[in-house]
Amino acid sequence: MKQRGGSVVLNAPYLLWAALFIIIPLIFVGYYAFTTADGGFTFSNIVTFFTSETYMVVFWRSIVYAIWATVICLIIAYPFAYCMTKLNLSAQKLMMLFVMLPMLMNLIVRTYSWQQILERNGLLNKLLEVLGFEPVIFLGNSAVIIFGMVYNYLPFMILPIYSVMSKVDHSLLEASSDLGCNAFSTVRRVIFPMSLPGVLSGITMVFVPCVSTFYISRQFSDGNIKMIGDVIEDKFYKSSVPDYNIGATISLVLMVIIFISLAVVNRFSDGDDLDGGGIVL
Amino acid sequence: MKKIICVSIAVLLIVSLFVMTTFGSSNTAVTNLRGTYTKDLAGTTLNVFNWGEYVSDGSEGSLDVIGAFEKLTGINVNYTTYESNEAMYAKLKSGSVGYDIVIPSDYMIHRMRNEGMLKELDYSKISNYDLIDSNYKGAYFDPEDKYTVPYSVGMVGLIYNTKVVTETPTSWNLMWDERYKNQILTFNNSRDAFAIAQFALGIDVNTTNKSDWDRAYEKLMQQNPLLQGRVMDEVFNKMEAGNAAIAPYYAGDFLTMKEVNDDLAFIYPEEGTNIFIDSICVPSSTQNYDAAMMFINFLLEPEVALANAEYICYASPNTAVIENDDYSLKGDPYLYPENLNDMNVQYYYDLDNETRVYFESLWEKVIIN
Repeated sequence: MKQRGGSVVLNAPYLLWAALFIIIPLIFVGYYAFTTADGGFTFSNIVTFFTSETYMVVFWRSIVYAIWATVICLIIAYPFAYCMTKLNLSAQKLMMLFVMLPMLMNLIVRTYSWQQILERNGLLNKLLEVLGFEPVIFLGNSAVIIFGMVYNYLPFMILPIYSVMSKVDHSLLEASSDLGCNAFSTVRRVIFPMSLPGVLSGITMVFVPCVSTFYISRQFSDGNIKMIGDVIEDKFYKSSVPDYNIGATISLVLMVIIFISLAVVNRFSDGDDLDGGGIVL
Repeated sequence: MKKIICVSIAVLLIVSLFVMTTFGSSNTAVTNLRGTYTKDLAGTTLNVFNWGEYVSDGSEGSLDVIGAFEKLTGINVNYTTYESNEAMYAKLKSGSVGYDIVIPSDYMIHRMRNEGMLKELDYSKISNYDLIDSNYKGAYFDPEDKYTVPYSVGMVGLIYNTKVVTETPTSWNLMWDERYKNQILTFNNSRDAFAIAQFALGIDVNTTNKSDWDRAYEKLMQQNPLLQGRVMDEVFNKMEAGNAAIAPYYAGDFLTMKEVNDDLAFIYPEEGTNIFIDSICVPSSTQNYDAAMMFINFLLEPEVALANAEYICYASPNTAVIENDDYSLKGDPYLYPENLNDMNVQYYYDLDNETRVYFESLWEKVIIN
């Protein structure tokens, strides 16, 4: 009893924090999404959003790009994390440092630097010129935006997978080879199932920021290819007729999508959360 | 030993930072003051909301205007910046923050005035107001000179790279020239982007006729496949590094770019262009009105206005600057074109809400493709 009372006191600041900075803003988003500019209740914002061709184009684009980025991250990160666990401990630490190093820089600085590298007269094209190639227009297409997402969010995929894999007990691998598994089926039957929580949390940690990103798309397409995050920003700030209601509606829909994807991912990870690494909703 | 080295390096870094901030302090001395400034309001706070990079900040030996005002009056200036009129408006309208000074552009002043968001100025406390060039007084958004003091003036023109565009262009239609596909930039802002199409088509930029907006929209859609991108401040890097060859922007900013890339050239297209005045205003929610008057007067001081004009690089409405022989941009042909009276220059007006909603919906279709 006493202990429970103590935990309430200890939790109070966090609960207050959550209420102040998570719950209340969410209520506002919900309020704006279901009201008109005059404050009356309406579903028309939702209808407007889903029936508008322009919004739908951007919406699907965001989801498709985010899926691409997540899949590519996974393809790169999984073998990478696996190889990392095979190194000796100090090499693992060094690799970890390399993975983390870009994260020490702000996302905006990183993205901006890449933009300068990829520009028409940027570093990469200068290099191509020296080597005798024609300059290439790198920026302004969907591939480069997906590249930007992969570059920025790859560590979020590597780290959870690595942290789960590195905890796999070595004796299990020995047992598997004693029992007749070759290296490939050891990965398939032992390591992969055990690393699943890490993979799933990696997927959520990459997909969620990708689907809502806006700075990367703006910089890498020079404002030409809009993502849903850009549209939300425009609605609140850029437009000469700021429309909080539609802006909030788009945010709300995006949140629902994210929650659904989290729920789907959690479904798969049911029961295996003990290993840590998995995000529990 | 390692630890000692680490610690001493850290200490050295901190000390050098401290030394840099205290002894490397910028220039805050204004010598010849026209107005009178008291320390009566010392200790109070003045909230100033201005465009980014829109006041001389003491870099490269220039005058630190804010620091100088604080030193002179003892008033603490809380200085924050915005990047668009719309962002400023949204923040002010939300009422979450109070400001004593804002410096919006003409059409936004018009709108804020119509919505009762501005407070009348007490010109008896702004003795330097007589320095303002009469050409800039009585502008349409404040015909009786009650709410505003002009701060900075500019016009949009066409910047191009002479290495790519070898002929001398005369028209906005350069921005629709197929030969320069993927080399063309435009404004990432509805009103300015539409205005270029409107000038090119000979339509009034302040039209409320929907079919006029539709025509401008069609024109912008034709431009879409030729564009490299839509930018605002990114235009500096793009044009300076030669990553793009054609961009509309302000004459003063062109001068800044040309310092870096001498291949750049600038014209005012023959169809006409947009002119803006950014004026100093006081929001009706001000908490420190007298300090605001003192600050406005200070911004008009010849030395201060000169420092700002040199720093911002836009045209100044202050006669003490325009006629000053020390002014490095005195009579600059881009900032102060001689044939200004023959040019078709148009201010943006605040359009009615229906028109705004209409062209913003068109703009959304232009940018989402």
